[in-house]
Amino acid sequence: MTPILLTPGDIAIGAVLIVLDGVLSIVLGLGLHRQLGVAAARMVVQLVLIGFILRAVFAIASPVVTLAVVLAMVAIAGREVATRPEQRLKRFGNYTIGATAVSIATALTSVLALTTAIRPSPWYDAHYAIPLAGIILGNVLNGGSLALDSMLGGVVRERAAIEARLALGETFRRAIGGLVRQSVRRALLPIINQMSAAGIITLPGIMTGQILAGMDPLEAAKYQILLMFLLSGGSALAAGVAAWLVAARLTDPRQRLRLDRLIGNTA
Amino acid sequence: MARSLDSLSRQWSGVQPRATETAVRLRIAGLRGPRAGPFDLTADAGDCIAISGASGSGKSMFLRMIADLDPNTGEVYLDGVSRAAMPAPAWRRRVVYNAAEPGWWHDDVASHFAPDALAFARDVGPRLGLSPGLLDAAVTRLSTGEKQRLALIRALALTPPVLLLDEPTGALDPDTTLLVENVLRDRLAAGTTILFVSHSEDQARRLGNRRLRMENGGLVPA
Repeated sequence: MTPILLTPGDIAIGAVLIVLDGVLSIVLGLGLHRQLGVAAARMVVQLVLIGFILRAVFAIASPVVTLAVVLAMVAIAGREVATRPEQRLKRFGNYTIGATAVSIATALTSVLALTTAIRPSPWYDAHYAIPLAGIILGNVLNGGSLALDSMLGGVVRERAAIEARLALGETFRRAIGGLVRQSVRRALLPIINQMSAAGIITLPGIMTGQILAGMDPLEAAKYQILLMFLLSGGSALAAGVAAWLVAARLTDPRQRLRLDRLIGNTA
Repeated sequence: MARSLDSLSRQWSGVQPRATETAVRLRIAGLRGPRAGPFDLTADAGDCIAISGASGSGKSMFLRMIADLDPNTGEVYLDGVSRAAMPAPAWRRRVVYNAAEPGWWHDDVASHFAPDALAFARDVGPRLGLSPGLLDAAVTRLSTGEKQRLALIRALALTPPVLLLDEPTGALDPDTTLLVENVLRDRLAAGTTILFVSHSEDQARRLGNRRLRMENGGLVPA
């Protein structure tokens, strides 16, 4: 079975619905038609553009180009992780932590999947590497940003508790341990929800896509299962690395709590 | 309570007589923070130093620097042993800082105490006007004054040779304040060294055998 290819006409029919949304917005006075139009236009341009880029990258089939694309995606995801929390570490700490957590988690899980489970030939084949890195990145971004946000918010909120433990002679590792665990746990909830809902409440995106592309549903399910494992591993890795790096940044060799390393905190 | 207060405080004071004979209990040499110092101070076993001064003059920071909770330079010695020679947690277990608004990290009070500390807390609690049931209560149910006294017990239970108390009775009424002072006096008699911050002239006079005032980032006799 070959996938049914869409013509511009088919898409235009779909676009009628966006126009309908706009009309609804005007009639009901929602004031959303402008935003809706801009968002729809952006979406079309972004997706067409990435389509062309991927087509070109696939055609070139050069590992260097593939790596460059993946690195660009990692950089954007790292930036997203860094900008989520309200609190900022000094000396671009959020950015280095976001980039480190995202790149370690994505690299490890993607390479593991490509070299062991999926095994395209060559293993870095852009057809597999880029979409796989992309979907892992999305989840890694989620896990990393939740952990970073929990840590940075929590450390300010629980300052008195952490310092009380330090003052009573506990190690920094113990004093911050509860917050680290809490942050990683919070970061893992979305993927746990995703796994428990998969197939019953939602039909996951990859599986849907592969079924639409003509793959046998059971084969598509197997892909999805592998992917979920990868995503949970990636999320946990990103969350753990982010939480650990924040903890390390906020202490010193004398095991103090160094909130002065947050922007806007002096003492 | 069957045991006498004296034997209780001696049991929990953890004083080592040998060390007090050979070196001063606490020696602060050139302690300097980003906005204050240098501070030089020595205190013997059983000394009680009251520190007063305007809000924001750096009294808390001074105590926190001694406990090595805030970045600082300079040296502090405990019984002749340099702070730098000790891991920070080991130092802070001996030179215990108790904040004016102490933090809590478990839901219930009892979890903040090790088993032997809990026994001590049950013993000493009534002396501080705390009802015995409080130890089994949730932290959120405590009043500010109850939290303050329970945190003090938490610090006392470590039997540190040096106690750094930041406004230990700030949230307490006059009668309860005297109860706390009595317990502290027992510790002093057993050889514990106490540095405390207080806004009360009277308390400084009652408890402190030396009184200092924080002024322009330095300590002067009060």
